[in-house]
Amino acid sequence: MTQVLLGALSLGLLWAIMTIGVYITYRILDIADLTVEGSLPLGGAIACVLIANKVDPFLASFIALLGGCLAGLCTGLLHTKLKIPALLSGILTMIALYSINLRIMGSPNLSILRKPTVFKPLTTLGMDKNLSIIVVGVVASLLIISLLYWFFGTELGSAIRATGNNQKMVRAQGINTDTMKILGLVISNGLVALSGAFIAQSQNFADVQMGTGSIVIGLASLIIGEVLFGGRSFYRRLLALILGAVAYRIIIALVLKMGMNSNDLKLFTAITVAICLWLPQGKEMIRKIKKSMAKEGA
Amino acid sequence: MLEIKGLTKVFNAGTVNEKIALSSVDFSMEPGDFVTVIGGNGAGKSTLLNCVAGVYPVDGGHILLDGHDVTRLPEHKRAKFLGRVFQDPMMGTAADMNIEENLALSFRRGKHHTLRWGVTNAERAKYRELLALLDLGLENRMTSKVGLLSGGQRQALTLLMATLESPKLLLLDEHTAALDPKTAAKVLQLTEMLVKEHQLTTLMVTHNMNDAIRMGNRLIMMNEGKIAVDIRGDEKKSLHRADLIALFEKSSGSKLESDRLLLS
Repeated sequence: MTQVLLGALSLGLLWAIMTIGVYITYRILDIADLTVEGSLPLGGAIACVLIANKVDPFLASFIALLGGCLAGLCTGLLHTKLKIPALLSGILTMIALYSINLRIMGSPNLSILRKPTVFKPLTTLGMDKNLSIIVVGVVASLLIISLLYWFFGTELGSAIRATGNNQKMVRAQGINTDTMKILGLVISNGLVALSGAFIAQSQNFADVQMGTGSIVIGLASLIIGEVLFGGRSFYRRLLALILGAVAYRIIIALVLKMGMNSNDLKLFTAITVAICLWLPQGKEMIRKIKKSMAKEGA
Repeated sequence: MLEIKGLTKVFNAGTVNEKIALSSVDFSMEPGDFVTVIGGNGAGKSTLLNCVAGVYPVDGGHILLDGHDVTRLPEHKRAKFLGRVFQDPMMGTAADMNIEENLALSFRRGKHHTLRWGVTNAERAKYRELLALLDLGLENRMTSKVGLLSGGQRQALTLLMATLESPKLLLLDEHTAALDPKTAAKVLQLTEMLVKEHQLTTLMVTHNMNDAIRMGNRLIMMNEGKIAVDIRGDEKKSLHRADLIALFEKSSGSKLESDRLLLS
C-alpha cells in the first residue's frame, strides 16, 4: 500500500507541473486550451529522442520546454492573428502535433531504458526510483510556482492577468491583448511539455498517446486542488495545484486498489470533473431547494 | 487637441441592415474644452466616441489627437492619449484584481510593460491619497478585489484610473447612465472635480439634457450621424431645455422624439 501511495505521489508531482500550465490558460487567461494534449507528448518525444541521442537529460528537458512554448505560440497565433476561436485553435495545434510527434520519434513510442534521466543523479546516490522522482518533482514544482508567483506580480504578469479578466479595459490601458494571450499560451504549453518530458523519463519511454485525456486530468487536479486546498492568496492557490495533482493521483490509485477496472478510469475522471465543475452552481441549487422546502414546511 | 475631418462610419455596409452611424462629421476641440454630447438613440454619439478610441475602424475621414493622425492606429496604441470611462461600471476595471493593481495598470497606460514589480510602495502611498479624495473609504480597501465594490464605487475608481496619468483627452461614454440618481450625482461631481484639477480636455456623452446643459463649456447635439446643434461660450451658459429643443427642431427639421432624452 505504501508503495502504491508513493507511486501516486511521485506521478502526481510530475503531473503537477502540467496542472500549473493548465491553470495559466484556464483560470488566468480564461481560455480552455486543448493544445496540452499535444504538447505533453511533444515534451516527452523531444526529451526521449535527445536522450536516446546522448544529450544531457537536463538539457533535453529544457529543449522539450522550448518545444512546448513553440506549440503554445502556434495556438496563440491561430487564435489572435487568424481570429480562430481559442478552443478550435487548440484542437488544430493538438492534431498537428500528433503527426509532428510521430515524426520526432519516428515511431509511435520510443524507449530510453538504461539511458540517463534527470532522476539518475539521485538514484546513483542510492536513492529509490520513486523517492528520486518525488525529490525532483517537489524541487521542480516549487521552483516553478515561485517563479510564477514573482512573474504574475510584475507589470507584464499583471497585464496578462488583467487580459483574462477584462479585455476591453486592458486595451483602454494601452496593452495589446493579443500579445498577452500569446504569452500566456507560450508559458502554459512550455510547462506542459516540461511535465511531459519528466513523465516520459520517469517511465523510461515516450508514447504518442500519452497526452490523451490530459486536459481532463489537468482540470480534475486543478479543481480538486481548489476545492480541497484553495485559499485567497496567489501563492496558496498555486500550491493548491500541486496538492490537487497529487490528490487526484491518490484518488485514482485508491479506486484502482478497490477493484475498479482500469479501462473505466477516463470515464471516472470525466464524471468527477463534471461533478466538480457543477459544484458551484450545485451548491446554489441545493441552497434554493432547501429554502423552498423550509418555506413549505412552515 | 482633437480634430475630426469628414469622419464616416457605416455598420453592415451593403446589407439590408446598413446603418450610417456617422456621416462625414467635422469636429474639433481646443485644449481645455469640456464638450457634452447629447442625442437620441442611434444618433451616433457613442459611435463618435468609439471611433476616437479606435474600438472599430472608420470608413472615411481622419482623426487627429494632439497633432498625431491616429485614424489607422489600433485601440491599444491610442490609449496613451486617452482616458476612458464606459457606460457599464463593470467594463472599466478588472474584477479579479485588487484596487491598487487596477490603479497600477492605469498608471502604466501606454507604457512598456516590463518585469519590474506591478505595484511599488511609492505608488501605494500615492494611490491612498488619491483614493481618499473620492471620499468613498476605498483608501482603506486597497487590497480588496474590485469585483466586491458597488457599481458606483467601480465607476468612481474607473474615473480616477482614467485621469491618473493626465490624458490628452478624457472620453466619458454615458458613464452615469447605469447608476442610481444619487450615485450618478456623486460620480458627476467627481468628474467635475477631476477634470478641473487636471484641466482635462473632455468629451462626455450623456442622455441627460440637464447634465449636458449644466456641465462643460460647449454642447453638441447629434442626429442621424451628424452634429445638429453646436453651442458654446456665453450662449451655452444661458441655455435652457426649451431653447435646446427648439434649436434641435430648427436645425434637423424634425421633432425631437426621444423619450429617453426628453424625460431625463
